[in-house]
Amino acid sequence: MLRRLFHHKGAMITICILTIIVLMGVFAPIVAPNDPLEVDMMNRFASPNAEFPLGGDQLGRCILSRLIWGIRPTLGLAALTMIGTMGIGLAVGLASGYFRGWIDEILMRLVDVLLSFPSQIMVFAVVALLGINVANVVIANVCIKWAWYARMIRTNVIKYRSENFVNFSNVVGNSNRFILLKHLLPSIAAESAMLASLDMGWAIINISTLSFLGMGVSAPTPEWGAMLNDAKQVFILNPMQMLAPGITIMVVVALFNMLGDVLRDALDPKEVM
Amino acid sequence: MNKYILKRTIAIIPLLFAISIFTFVFINLIPVDPAEVVLRLWNIPVASEELIAQTREDLGLNDPYVVRYFNWLADALRFDFGVSYATPQLTVAQKLAAAFPNTLQLASLSFVLVIVISLPIGFLCAVYKDSWFDKLMRAFIFLTTAMPSYWIGLVLMWVISVKLGWLPTSGNFNGFKSLILPSITVASSYISIFIRLIRNNMIENMTQDYVHYANVRGLKQMNILVKHILKNSLHTCVVAIGMSIPQLISGTIVVENVFAWPGLGTLCISSVFARDMPVIQAYVLLVGVLFVVFNLIFDILQGVMDPKLRVGGEKNA
Amino acid sequence: MSILTVKDLQVTFKGRKKTTEILKGVSFELQKGECLCIVGESGSGKTMTMKSIMGLLDTNFTIKGEAFLDDINLLTASKEEMRQVRGKKMTMILQNPMVCFDKLYRIGYQMAETFEAHTNWSKEEIYQKSIEMLKRMQLPEPDEVLKKYPHQLSGGMLQRIMIGIALALNPDILIADEPTTAIDSVTQYEIMKEFISLKEAGVTIIFITHDLGVASMISDRLIVMNKGLIVDSGTFEHIKENANDEYTKQLVAQKKAVVAAFKKSLGGRN
Repeated sequence: MLRRLFHHKGAMITICILTIIVLMGVFAPIVAPNDPLEVDMMNRFASPNAEFPLGGDQLGRCILSRLIWGIRPTLGLAALTMIGTMGIGLAVGLASGYFRGWIDEILMRLVDVLLSFPSQIMVFAVVALLGINVANVVIANVCIKWAWYARMIRTNVIKYRSENFVNFSNVVGNSNRFILLKHLLPSIAAESAMLASLDMGWAIINISTLSFLGMGVSAPTPEWGAMLNDAKQVFILNPMQMLAPGITIMVVVALFNMLGDVLRDALDPKEVM
Repeated sequence: MNKYILKRTIAIIPLLFAISIFTFVFINLIPVDPAEVVLRLWNIPVASEELIAQTREDLGLNDPYVVRYFNWLADALRFDFGVSYATPQLTVAQKLAAAFPNTLQLASLSFVLVIVISLPIGFLCAVYKDSWFDKLMRAFIFLTTAMPSYWIGLVLMWVISVKLGWLPTSGNFNGFKSLILPSITVASSYISIFIRLIRNNMIENMTQDYVHYANVRGLKQMNILVKHILKNSLHTCVVAIGMSIPQLISGTIVVENVFAWPGLGTLCISSVFARDMPVIQAYVLLVGVLFVVFNLIFDILQGVMDPKLRVGGEKNA
Repeated sequence: MSILTVKDLQVTFKGRKKTTEILKGVSFELQKGECLCIVGESGSGKTMTMKSIMGLLDTNFTIKGEAFLDDINLLTASKEEMRQVRGKKMTMILQNPMVCFDKLYRIGYQMAETFEAHTNWSKEEIYQKSIEMLKRMQLPEPDEVLKKYPHQLSGGMLQRIMIGIALALNPDILIADEPTTAIDSVTQYEIMKEFISLKEAGVTIIFITHDLGVASMISDRLIVMNKGLIVDSGTFEHIKENANDEYTKQLVAQKKAVVAAFKKSLGGRN
């Protein structure tokens, strides 16, 4: 499957561009032309020029530099969200699908209840409950998404369980834990990791939405959603400040979605749109 | 058929209970003492121990959790969610009632837009699969799903209201005109989902044997497309369409904030900032219940539309 | 008199990566009142031949050659002309009756819409015709059957309804695409009896099957197809004794024993 991925042109291009973006984030201090936090009222709403390629914002900070520095919190938080989601989802899904019985019953009822709330509402409820803070934004997003993964992984576990190699293991006399760790985990984890990348785009949008509403990353830190929150007040004067972060989000999310589609193709060669 | 409806209805009762318990427990997990929040919000600067104790007593916070749950549930069933912490002169119900019509307007118009736009486009995309129109729409869908809804709102506001001056930027002071942009924004994300849903469903249906047989019988192409393929696909989409209604209501949260639309979403966000727990609790419960109820309604509707369920059990009669 | 002439029919499928030749020059003729059996494995091109002369292939396929139904050129006719041919002049019975009807509509509606597409009968005439056809196909309580949804009827009943719809407009040719493959053996026997009586009544039939035994029961003439080519043709007896092609020989050898048993069991009853 991996080999097929490497031969897929679209996949390689997407992965390359995303890698470049991640590297730009990592090396932000070198790549960014200016200090993202430096306030300079002389450059307030500066139009794009050699020094400020995308102009300045309402405090005269370099928009491009802020975008580049913004890669860190935006992608970082999204990745953290997906790792958390996968962790809990895997644990619950494996337990549920492997042990079945009452454990399954309880866990799945909990999942049902969680999934019966629209996700957006849950995010706000969790943030309201825990207080406005970056960590809580991640927790809130994990809270609403893990149930979805748990259910999917459970279905997969049940599917794999009926396959022969697990049966064979049982016959040979391996313990449950051994089977769980040695056989189920690798086969399912690979598949789930693929699916998680599909949801990176979702996580980026959700986190930026919260920052936009002022519930996530707070004021001076450059984060794309928070930048748009600043821009909201002044976009009539300075549309560039609104367009740049928005387009950046769109491109990155589109790339992740594309990657997800390609991965799904590689997993399941049936035609998908 | 009646048995089916009854079965479905009974099946959601435990779920509704679970949602209410969940909402209750959830809100009671807050690490801060509601009594203190109330006092602070009422501008009582330094709360004495007695005052806090007194307030706790008044708010019924000293009863055991089980008692509090049932009190709360009994009140909730009468739409009594207590008094808003942030604005003590208003009850939660009053606040919600004031905001609800606005959100309902917004969600309804969005729903109409979603159906009116995505149905014909999805249909055309399926019929002319891989044509330039289909490709254009796929590109459009691909891009809109990658845009955050609040940003779509901002861009629309900038282009339509600021640059072109056609519509008011925000607020709800211009009647129907102010409703248009927020509705388009809310609808935009769902339009992509539904175009894709209808398109793919129709394409899947086209490969079915019943379509082949309809062709073999020499039926007119338009008849096959509309009466058979479209009807069959809508049949499978009904639940998804129904579920989109509460989704739309929750989707309004962000958009309302962009357009300063005084609905439930704006109320919800301001309550989050004010830590006005009764309002959030009521809102979460309301949307949770709406979600389940709409699911039920459209589940039943699908059952009514399906001859297999409507007139089942007479096989080989 | 030859009613259908197919000459050097070639069909290629253009996929994303490669083009596949599906039919490599198929020619045959069909006389009025004749029953022609086309025999071959799945993938040999039997169904594809029928689909291409009925205009049921999409634009991914390129078709070359000639096919005439009387004086209608089936390969150059417009879409609308072909639609009028299908269901009226050339009708077809498919192999899996359980999934061929739209599950959302009553049988009566689906019969009526077929008649509406080809005639300008009134509602009353359509109803009378539907009842008449169901009676002819020996379905009990035809007025009740019209009110049923497909899932309420058995595969055998649906197959009869399909035959009824196919015969209602007095077609020039009735094509049966493996009509007995997907139904249980008791019903199979009854459906085959139906076809034999149709043949005796003078209906022109093209009968597609992969089963030489079935073919031997009904065919006047036989065509054996393999890999997009006609490899043998003639009467059943002729082919049984003088198969030219390796594939046919194999087929005959395989089936001989079975055929004998099959014929014996059925022979007494017909």
